[in-house]
Amino acid sequence: MTRQQVLDLYFLDARHKLIELAAFLDRVDRAEGQADFRLKAFRAALTSLDGKNKNRAKSVLLAFSDPTAKPVAKATVKGACGAFPK
Amino acid sequence: MRYIEPHAHMVSRTTDDYERMALAGCEAVCEPAFWAGFDRSSAAGFHDYFCQLTEHEPKRAAKFGLKHFCWLCINSKEAEDVKLAAEVIAMIPQFIGRENVLGIGEIGLNKNSRNELRVLEMQVELAAKYDQLILVHTPHLEDKLKGTKLILDVLKNDRRIRPEHVIIDHVEEHTVEMVLDCGMWAGMTLYPETKCTPARAIDILETYGSENIWMNSACDWGVSDPLAVPKTALEMKKRGHRTHAIEKVIFANPRQFLSQSTHFKLGK
Repeated sequence: MTRQQVLDLYFLDARHKLIELAAFLDRVDRAEGQADFRLKAFRAALTSLDGKNKNRAKSVLLAFSDPTAKPVAKATVKGACGAFPK
Repeated sequence: MRYIEPHAHMVSRTTDDYERMALAGCEAVCEPAFWAGFDRSSAAGFHDYFCQLTEHEPKRAAKFGLKHFCWLCINSKEAEDVKLAAEVIAMIPQFIGRENVLGIGEIGLNKNSRNELRVLEMQVELAAKYDQLILVHTPHLEDKLKGTKLILDVLKNDRRIRPEHVIIDHVEEHTVEMVLDCGMWAGMTLYPETKCTPARAIDILETYGSENIWMNSACDWGVSDPLAVPKTALEMKKRGHRTHAIEKVIFANPRQFLSQSTHFKLGK
């Protein structure tokens, strides 16, 4: 596809998702109380969208990922939460 | 356009889904053994499940003209109990010879714990001993990167395991390259919120090529779409991909990998 074709196919969907992201952050600001590590991770991941990084999706995924290498002693929960407390 | 669904948990889907899949061009569905949403209380529960996968589910699929194949294992969410896992693994050889069994899967990791790793190693040993294909589940979300690396280390350290006999499923942008670089196959899962979207999956294809890669829905008891693969094929068409290129990813590639099992036979 040309860049124009990418815009024609995906611009409205991306615009919608950007507004959703912005609204989510507004919603967080309006709410009271402390946020946990996920908000910090989210803001850090957002910076991957800046600049001329050619692998933004990969960078965002890496920003949310557990960077450690050793297995944990025991699985105490079943699910994942989407971010790693750094 | 014909396609193969290489990863769908049909025990948790209704016959409406079989009908829709058949109408959409599905010729075969492959079902790995997975977590039911709760922990089974004994090895007997797994025995019944394996019977369901090898006896009952193929009959249900056949009513819609679909071939049904399955993979067997104890999944990583139930792998903290190593004693139970050993009992289940000891049972699997009884079922390996059944005509719709493709191999061992979906083995892998969930929270990347020591016991999960031990159980993964036990099942890799089983696959090597019985010369079975391997289908791997990589962990969700923040655990995926670490888990994929740990899994690849286990597989690469066993010289009996041929990389081309392994499919590492649920890859995303940060794990696909390391999988393909090992000579293993990569599966992209089209699942809401926690895995790939159609657009991202096609981006990955356009970046890394369409060799040794497939797409699947992994539809299950959660919010998921059994038609994710044909919908992604439609999106590929919208992007200008030719029919033969689309069919390679959704039909020829899964057929190529799965045909390494003598049990994989499509209808005439």
